[in-house]
Amino acid sequence: MKIAVCLKRVPDTESRIRIADDGRSIDPAGIKYVVGPYDEFALEAALRLKEAAGEGEVVVISVGEAASAEQLRAGLAMGADRAVLLKGQPGMDGLATAKALAAELRDMQADLIMTGIKATDHDQQQIGPMLATLLGIPSITVVAAMEVADGKVKAHREIEGGVEHVEAPLPALVAITKQGFNPRLASLKGIMAAKKKPFEEKEAQLGTDRIRLIALAYPPERPEGRIVGNGADAVPELVRLLREEARVI
Amino acid sequence: MSKILAVAEQRGGAIRSVSHEVLTAARTVAGSVGADVHAALIGPAAIGSLAADLGRFGAATVHVAADDAFAAYSGDAFAATLAEHIRDAGYWAVFFPASAMGKDLAPRVAARLDLPLATDATALDVDNGELVIERPILAGRAFARLTIDAPTRLVSLRPNTFRAQDHAAAATVQTMAATASSDDRRAVITDVTAAASGNLDVAEAPIIISGGRGMKGPENWHLLEALRDALGARAALGASRAVVDAGWRPHGEQVGQTGKTVSPNLYFAVAISGAMQHLAGMRSSGTIVAINKDPDAPIFKVADYGIVGDVHDVLPALTAAITALENT
Ligand SMILES: Cc1cc2nc3c(=O)[nH]c(=O)nc-3n(C[C@H](O)[C@H](O)[C@H](O)COP(=O)(O)OP(=O)(O)OC[C@H]3O[C@@H](n4cnc5c(N)ncnc54)[C@H](O)[C@@H]3O)c2cc1C
Ligand SMILES: Nc1ncnc2c1ncn2[C@@H]1O[C@H](COP(=O)(O)O)[C@@H](O)[C@H]1O
Repeated sequence: MKIAVCLKRVPDTESRIRIADDGRSIDPAGIKYVVGPYDEFALEAALRLKEAAGEGEVVVISVGEAASAEQLRAGLAMGADRAVLLKGQPGMDGLATAKALAAELRDMQADLIMTGIKATDHDQQQIGPMLATLLGIPSITVVAAMEVADGKVKAHREIEGGVEHVEAPLPALVAITKQGFNPRLASLKGIMAAKKKPFEEKEAQLGTDRIRLIALAYPPERPEGRIVGNGADAVPELVRLLREEARVI
Repeated sequence: MSKILAVAEQRGGAIRSVSHEVLTAARTVAGSVGADVHAALIGPAAIGSLAADLGRFGAATVHVAADDAFAAYSGDAFAATLAEHIRDAGYWAVFFPASAMGKDLAPRVAARLDLPLATDATALDVDNGELVIERPILAGRAFARLTIDAPTRLVSLRPNTFRAQDHAAAATVQTMAATASSDDRRAVITDVTAAASGNLDVAEAPIIISGGRGMKGPENWHLLEALRDALGARAALGASRAVVDAGWRPHGEQVGQTGKTVSPNLYFAVAISGAMQHLAGMRSSGTIVAINKDPDAPIFKVADYGIVGDVHDVLPALTAAITALENT
């Protein structure tokens, strides 16, 4: 079984975000970059499938600048077999990135393509189903649990207040959410082995980015809150404030 | 006259309230650019009769694909039908709800039509005749203003952010052709199970009560459930990641960077410390209430109102006070 996992280099969730002087980008100074958390869940799910099958190949693939090699290497260290870096600058238009991924994946003949539900930089949550549509394969999004058997993927898809049980014939794409896929840590052995694994680089065939970023802004500051009081004695005053000041109950 | 399409959503034969929000937003933008408001509704045969309900929120024309083949949601089949309807129809913009369905559907429609898509918008403006979209990035740590360079602007709108407003008018109902092929039905839903809690989804609830690790265990969740029940049908339970990782609650309830981003009118953070990744998911809530025994917990910095105290002491009193209020 051949599985392709799409992953992206994104700022760490702990990093302090500063808008750059151009007002339209994030200042990279002081930011630690990581593999997108959901992409890591997807890779974990892929590695487990390969282990369960006892055979197969896991390919990690990323569209990004040269520095994204670091995240692909992290994927190799976790256990992926080879990496493909499509060099280019992904913008906010996910369709442009999906086209670059599709150009590479069209001929790869993966049985399964896995993505995270979203990349935690632009939070667009769109590339998975776009990529599947471009490739003409079925896809299941927001997958919290899955198995592959008899040429089919069976998945649990999270929806409002419930779970859809969905199945699709391979080849297919699944976009992974968190639930059961806590990613493994790379072992020292894994990190050493990663250095010898195949690593391919080529230019990304990005589509035209048709989303024009005008400006970035910080979220509105929340006004300083107040402690209403201590323990159960403070409850009547809280209820009064919620009713008369905030008018939310 | 140009046209704006609002994609409505139904489930189990009822129009979901996000549809009204999307329609109201479409009507507001249509007012600024001088466009007609259309709506699209896909579902089983019986939904035909619901189309009129969409007129009430401002649709002049409702395009309905009512067919029992659409009884269960199918991303590709719904997308095929919508994309064929949108293609060549000359819509200036198409708005989707950024609900579970809309998040799955909109990218499929976009790829079929070769159109870019902006998701999860929190504000829409018209500037010099162009649609300006505001959407959070980096889990709400920054907001981007952007425009879309395409003849048809595809945007999904965050639930609970655009207020629905009644607009009494009659809609003309038209049939939308169902164009799904067998290839569009390769992914099939074999079953749907309701979450064990029967919880309203946190992403859409106007009131959320989230519990954190300080609740000490799932056996104490009845305290939160009692408060939710006192607040009525609009309230849902949420959780911090610590709680989900411990297996006390399902991931569907997690709020934060790797959970849901929510903006209810009222958010209770109970025994939650207020880590950056949690705040990212809830800081745009209307009113935030924190209950925590540690007066220095960072959650108090973003909370409008805080009570320093033990959950076993504060929650029963709060539930009783709210029950008394609802009964008067
Ligand atoms: C990549 C990444 C992604 C993450 N994503 C998320 C996410 O999506 N959502 C999320 O929530 N976190 C996320 N986290 C985790 C986050 O950093 C925190 O660890 C987590 O939010 C802590 O949960 P908590 O507040 O419930 O627990 P704690 O930080 O342990 O806080 C418990 C609180 O309960 C209070 N308390 C204890 N007992 C009582 C009592 N009897 N009465 C009243 N108060 C009491 C304590 O004073 C304390 O403030 C993420 C972390 C990483 C690294
Ligand atoms: N530049 C990229 N390179 C490779 N995969 C990506 C890239 N951007 C996004 N993805 C994948 O697509 C998923 C959804 O991303 P997005 O639609 O951008 O939120 C991510 O979780 C990744 O798996």
